[in-house]
Amino acid sequence: MKNIKVLGSGCANCKTTLKLIDEAAKEAGVEVELEKVEDIGDIMAYGVMSTPGVVIDGKVVHAGGVPDRKTIAGWLAE
Amino acid sequence: MFDAFATLLVYQWLGLDPASHAGAALHFFVMDTTKIFFLLFIIIYIMGLLRAILSPERVREYVRGKPKWLARTLAIILGAVTPFCSCSSVPLFIGFVEAGIPLGVTFSFLIASPMINEVAAVILVGILGWQLAALYIGAGLVVAYVGGVVMERFKPERWVEDYVWKIHMGETPSVEVDTSLPGRHRFAIGEVKEIVGRIWKWVFAGVALGALFHGYVPEAWVVEHLGGKDNWLAVPGAVILGVPLYSNATGVIPLAEAMLGKGVAIGTTLALMMSIAALSLPEMLILRKVIRWPALAIYASVLAVAFTLVGWTFNLIT
Repeated sequence: MKNIKVLGSGCANCKTTLKLIDEAAKEAGVEVELEKVEDIGDIMAYGVMSTPGVVIDGKVVHAGGVPDRKTIAGWLAE
Repeated sequence: MFDAFATLLVYQWLGLDPASHAGAALHFFVMDTTKIFFLLFIIIYIMGLLRAILSPERVREYVRGKPKWLARTLAIILGAVTPFCSCSSVPLFIGFVEAGIPLGVTFSFLIASPMINEVAAVILVGILGWQLAALYIGAGLVVAYVGGVVMERFKPERWVEDYVWKIHMGETPSVEVDTSLPGRHRFAIGEVKEIVGRIWKWVFAGVALGALFHGYVPEAWVVEHLGGKDNWLAVPGAVILGVPLYSNATGVIPLAEAMLGKGVAIGTTLALMMSIAALSLPEMLILRKVIRWPALAIYASVLAVAFTLVGWTFNLIT
């Protein structure tokens, strides 16, 4: 099971990102463990300054802005 | 083109009189909203396609470890070409501190970033002409440089919240980027959605305010109360007025257009634009998370004085 973390301190874009990933995972029938990281220190520990960021199994795959559906589907298919 | 469309819509189809208040205001509103949104879509899409939008992570890498004058110059230029939303001010601030970038340089960046960006620059040229665009951008760059230098004199390190010093940032990840044409197109569309989604309300508010000013405020009143270049109080007044008002740099442009059209002096208009874009309560509250009130008060005062000086200077020389 993939562990997916969304990095972001509660901005609207971060919530959208979380929702998009959740929807995409359900659609693809992939089981994921979805987490939200809101502490600024924790976010920056990943080397990310521009939120929202996305971390999959400990690796940052995206930073700065809402990822598009196609990209998300690509992560889930890997 | 936009003028012709607005004329057709407002005066011919809706049958409003160009000499009436409502007619003039509505014409201004239709012309400016269509023009600004058209420009916004085009510019952001092209920048997205070229992947010309810098991330704060990259800015930090460019600025760190450079001699101070170079770091500051780079920080200002990079601040001016990145349309960051003020919500990224906090991670930016912490990231800069963590990279050992001097606080004065960080302040220069924070001043330049909301005031100037390439999107606003293109719209400035489109609406107000290149001379005023150059004046605004030039003055903004100088304020950002000098403002950062002055901030440094006050040793603002004293007022940085303790937890900021303790954060350790991880290695900047290299995120894979899809550079194929369809990938670039998707990225560009995403950027348009993100940036327009963030700033459309400022643009509408700015155009609406500009339209009301254009249609309803009599020129004689403006000249008497705001326009006179000899009225020294007009400039600091404009700066103070700008503090509770906040808008994105793009949103203040139509308001400036309406003010200039009614004869408000250039310096007064520039001072108001800068104050609305760069000096605002919401921005201060966001920065409060990383620095304490004394530093914020000095920051606000330095900017207010700088904008007033800019306004006076332009009123004197024009």
